[in-house]
This record gives sequence, structure tokens and C-alpha cells, in this order.
Amino acid sequence: MSVAPSGALLATYSFLFIRLEKQAVAQTYQAQIFVTLRPSVLDPAGTAVQSGLHQLGFPTVEHVRIGKYVELTLEAASESEAKTQLDKMCDQLLANPVVENYRFELTPGDAS
Amino acid sequence: MNVGIIVFPGSNCDRDAEMVIRDLLKLPVRLVWHQEKDLSDLDLIIVPGGFSYGDYLRCGAIAQFSPAMAATIHHAEQGKLVLGICNGFQVLTEIGLLPGALMRNRDLHFICDRVSLRVERTDLPWTQEYATKKVITIPIAHGEGCYYADAEVLKEMEAHNQVVFRYCDSTGSVDEASNPNGSLNNIAGICNRQGNVLGMMPHPERASDPMLGLTDGIHLFQGLMKKVAIAH
Repeated sequence: MSVAPSGALLATYSFLFIRLEKQAVAQTYQAQIFVTLRPSVLDPAGTAVQSGLHQLGFPTVEHVRIGKYVELTLEAASESEAKTQLDKMCDQLLANPVVENYRFELTPGDAS
Repeated sequence: MNVGIIVFPGSNCDRDAEMVIRDLLKLPVRLVWHQEKDLSDLDLIIVPGGFSYGDYLRCGAIAQFSPAMAATIHHAEQGKLVLGICNGFQVLTEIGLLPGALMRNRDLHFICDRVSLRVERTDLPWTQEYATKKVITIPIAHGEGCYYADAEVLKEMEAHNQVVFRYCDSTGSVDEASNPNGSLNNIAGICNRQGNVLGMMPHPERASDPMLGLTDGIHLFQGLMKKVAIAH
């Protein structure tokens, strides 16, 4: 038997082993993401809803701001990796950093 | 000059722009499906109006990840021309080719109207044909056209003359009464620092065919033809 195939065999086994190991430690997380307008940005929809609430009989309501709520599940090797992934998702798509802020909560386990 | 018009699922002003380029200006033009990756044959890319990907999440947010937009960024980086109209302007801010963002109109209404615009500079290929007529009338049709950028960015843009069009009254006076949507500094259209990327909420393609009653928009495209003719 030549050397090359056994080298390839070894590489295949170590590749499979790493994959199995990754699968073994991958954990599902559930994320709840809150996207809100930055305080400096006017929110005309929030203002309209506020005046609606006043008319409904809640005259003390103030500072109504309307944001977005996104929930999702993801897999990651650790909580910090999940956070890194979520930061990327928020910075690049889920929020527009020019006008919005975001925060998220992370809980281990599937959505149920 | 070769013109390409990006077509996203949900674009609806793509064919209006195509008609202007092909039938009124007699230039070669092709519709570019959003999955296309190679746009190297084009001199001008138009990102048209509409509701790309349903405008889900935010206007223009999902469109920014299409292969055609990656190619558009590459195109712009080479100094070639990019025009974003309405939803196209929103897409260009989302991908960062232009600063700021477009938010819900101040009064929350979708506005469909003809507005007066003051052309703030005529040294750009986009606006060189407006040298003798600086107040023009162009239609708008948007729900999210309120231009926003933070104070620092706004200051820098004004310092570099990046505001190309401002909402004004028929005499060219810029004030709150002539601001249809609450845009900061009455901004209707801006360019990047280099001037090769222009984004605007008003629709010049809807003010080009004499049959529609307004023709102030055609001069924008005519100015481009001149610029590119010189460059070649």
C-alpha cells in the first residue's frame, strides 16, 4: 500500500472526528431581538399612537416609541459565539445602525 | 453609454426608466435581474423605484444582499455612475453607498404629488443641463422619504456640497412649508463625495415623456449622455 491513500484516510477520519465533536457541543439558542429607534430620531408613528392613547383615556402616557421585535433560533458552540453571530445579524441586516439601536436576550434551548 | 436597470422582486419603476432610456434617449439599455453578478458592460446602473423584496424589515434592507448590488458597489468603486430613484435611493443608503437613511414621512402618509425642487449644484454630470433652470418640477411617490442623518454627517455632507436637490416652493425658496415629508434640510437628493452616485426620492423618469405633461426629468438623463460621451 502506498503512503498517499493512508494519509488521505487519516485526514478523512480527523475531518469526521472534528465534525462529530462540533455537533456534540453545538447548542441551540433562542434569541429575542429588540430593535428600537435611536433617541435622536423622531418617531411620528409613536407620536400618533401616543395621541391615540391619550384619547383612549390615558392622558399620562408619554414617550411612546415604536420598535421591532424579532425572534429566532440558532446553533452555536457557546453563548459567546451565539452573541457574536447575533451582533453580526443585527449590524448587517436586522437593524440599521444609522437610525436604530438593538439589544437581544439569549436563552439556551429550542423554541417551544 | 450602456445602461442597466436592476430588477428586484417588487421593483415597479424599472420599465418606466427603461422606456425613457430606450425610447426617448435611444440608448442601449437592459434590465438586470437581481441575481446577476457581472455588470461590467454597464456605464450607468439605475436602481429603480418600487418595493424591493416587499420592503420587509426596512425599505431596501433585504435588497442590499442581492448579487447585483454587490456588483453595483464594485461598479461605483470604479467611479462609474449609479442612480438610485425612490426605493433605489433607500437601497443605496442601506448598502452604504450614500450616507443617512430614509424614514417614515413626517405626517405618516404615502405622498403622491408633484413637487418643486431646487437644483443645488450644476457641476455634476447629473445636473449640468439644469444650469439655466434651477427650480424644477418632478413627481414624488413615497411613504418613507424623510431623509435623516445625524448632525455630524449632515454637516459634513453640506460642507462637501453633497445635497443635490432640495424641496422648495415654486420660487425656489426652501422652507418648512415646502418640505413634504420632514426631510432634514429639505433634502430630496444627495450624491456621494465623488459625485458618481446619486440618490433621489423624486422620479425623474416620470417627468421625461412630454405625453405625461412634465419634462424636467429628462435633462438629468441628457446630462449623463453628454458626460459619458466625453469620457469615451
